[in-house]
Amino acid sequence: MLSRSRILLATETAAMTYRRRWRGSVFSTVLTPVLMLAAMGLGLGSLVDKGTAARRASLGGASYLAFLAPGLLAAAAMQTAANEAIYPIIEGIKWRRTFHAMLATPLTASDVALGQLLWIAVRIAMTSAVFVVAIVAFGAARSGNILLALPGAVLTGTAFAAPVAALTATLDGHQGLVSLMRFGIVPLYLFSGTFFPISQLPAVLRPIAYVTPLWHGVDLCRSLALGNASLGRVALHLTYLLAWTTIGSALAVARFKKRLVV
Amino acid sequence: MSDVGRPTVVEARGLTKRFGTTTAVDSIDFDVAQGEAFGFLGPNGAGKSSTMRMVGCVSPASDGKLRVLGMDPSTDGPSIRARLGVVPQDDTLDAELTVRENLFVYGRFFDLPRRVISERVDHLLDFVQLGEKAGQKVEQLSGGMKRRLTIARALINDPDLLLLDEPTTGLDPQARHVLWDRLYRLKQSHKTIILTTHYMDEAEQLCDRLVVMDKATIVAEGAPQELITRYSTREVLELRFPVGQQEAALDRLAGLGERVEALPDRVLVYTDDGDAAAAEVHGRRLSPVSMLVRRSSLEDIFLRLTGRSLVD
Repeated sequence: MLSRSRILLATETAAMTYRRRWRGSVFSTVLTPVLMLAAMGLGLGSLVDKGTAARRASLGGASYLAFLAPGLLAAAAMQTAANEAIYPIIEGIKWRRTFHAMLATPLTASDVALGQLLWIAVRIAMTSAVFVVAIVAFGAARSGNILLALPGAVLTGTAFAAPVAALTATLDGHQGLVSLMRFGIVPLYLFSGTFFPISQLPAVLRPIAYVTPLWHGVDLCRSLALGNASLGRVALHLTYLLAWTTIGSALAVARFKKRLVV
Repeated sequence: MSDVGRPTVVEARGLTKRFGTTTAVDSIDFDVAQGEAFGFLGPNGAGKSSTMRMVGCVSPASDGKLRVLGMDPSTDGPSIRARLGVVPQDDTLDAELTVRENLFVYGRFFDLPRRVISERVDHLLDFVQLGEKAGQKVEQLSGGMKRRLTIARALINDPDLLLLDEPTTGLDPQARHVLWDRLYRLKQSHKTIILTTHYMDEAEQLCDRLVVMDKATIVAEGAPQELITRYSTREVLELRFPVGQQEAALDRLAGLGERVEALPDRVLVYTDDGDAAAAEVHGRRLSPVSMLVRRSSLEDIFLRLTGRSLVD
């Protein structure tokens, strides 16, 4: 059996398990974009759009809602990724020990790690697709280009999921991961250009934003959706996000082996 | 080929497992022949589970040679595991899934076609007497049922070698007997079985041949009866004395039978004629609270070999 097909078998199991409890996730998948777009896009946006011409120019000439939506899409992908790379993986390793059962079969630790990451990518694609539908429903899509932002969002998610999965497999408890969510993911969410262009940040903080994968994801999705993407910039974002995904995946494989094969 | 003329399924030479500075398995040798029921008997921490995990190709050996089904676990892990059935010591069932789904998901790991799995699931659930529970979630099952389900799960790929790590530990006596009955049937069907246990009765009932492990090494090897003949007497006289009086009684028991062994709570007299020894105890004007003559068991062998009892 090829290892590629073994990875898919691991993914298939994750999907079968998810099918048992998808109802619980529907609520957050649908409600998150609706609430965020309504409160931030429509509510806050009505104030922002009354601002000066200069302020509107910093949004690329778009309405605040149109500016915000692709950024939120990328940020939501990051959140889904972080969640999916924490709890299901602790469960598999420690709480339900399902990964240990998998390792007694032809599957290897690297099949389990990559199969799990592939499933997380599928999950991100699912939640992002729902998000895009909500964006269209809110009239926040300026053109069909919003569809181009969808793969961008998935890549943003995997750039987080892979290294977070590696970290999850490393840590013993989940307290460290709760802290990661609170002090890592939440600030990123707020300060990576999701809600306002990072040109609004103090000059000293801007380089930090440039280093975070989320800013690259937000800018990628936004420029694709608003149709003002330049080839060089898109290539830079893609390369950066792919690098995080690839290196993170390699780390995840290594950490899964170290943790599960003793 | 093993010395009984059947193909060798597992061959270990100098097999060693180290965790940091501790040596869990210290250079052990053993062979398991096809169709054999082979046991590792020993107390907790003797290295049985570490050995099982190496044979199961989930834990790499630190040193020595290991061949499972003619292949090398360090390079052919997936191919070997494809032909193994594993019942691990810790329950790894998915509690959120139903009984049937657990078997189904596991079967998919072996890339078995769905149709084949469906056919086998019904048959296996009947075999482990869980047919009526097929649609129930695993978390609703008792400990004994979960263990039976794990056995069914281990059989989903029709394995050439079945590995059972402490299959009945933690189960009540009735559940153990149900499980033994199923394992005995597997043994009768000439499946090759390796099991670990710290219950001597389990080893006696299920194993054709076993090794006794203690402190990471093998201290004896043979068929259960053979070991009893070699290391013990035919019968054992067990004596219990009132609290505080055992010490004094021991002096007067000296020379009785072939050997006298004092445990914290009782005295064991090893002899080929238990009734004669019991008469002698009265003859020496000793009055124990209770006297019991029984057959020698693997427990006695373990005591003899290590100076400790099996279940502390």
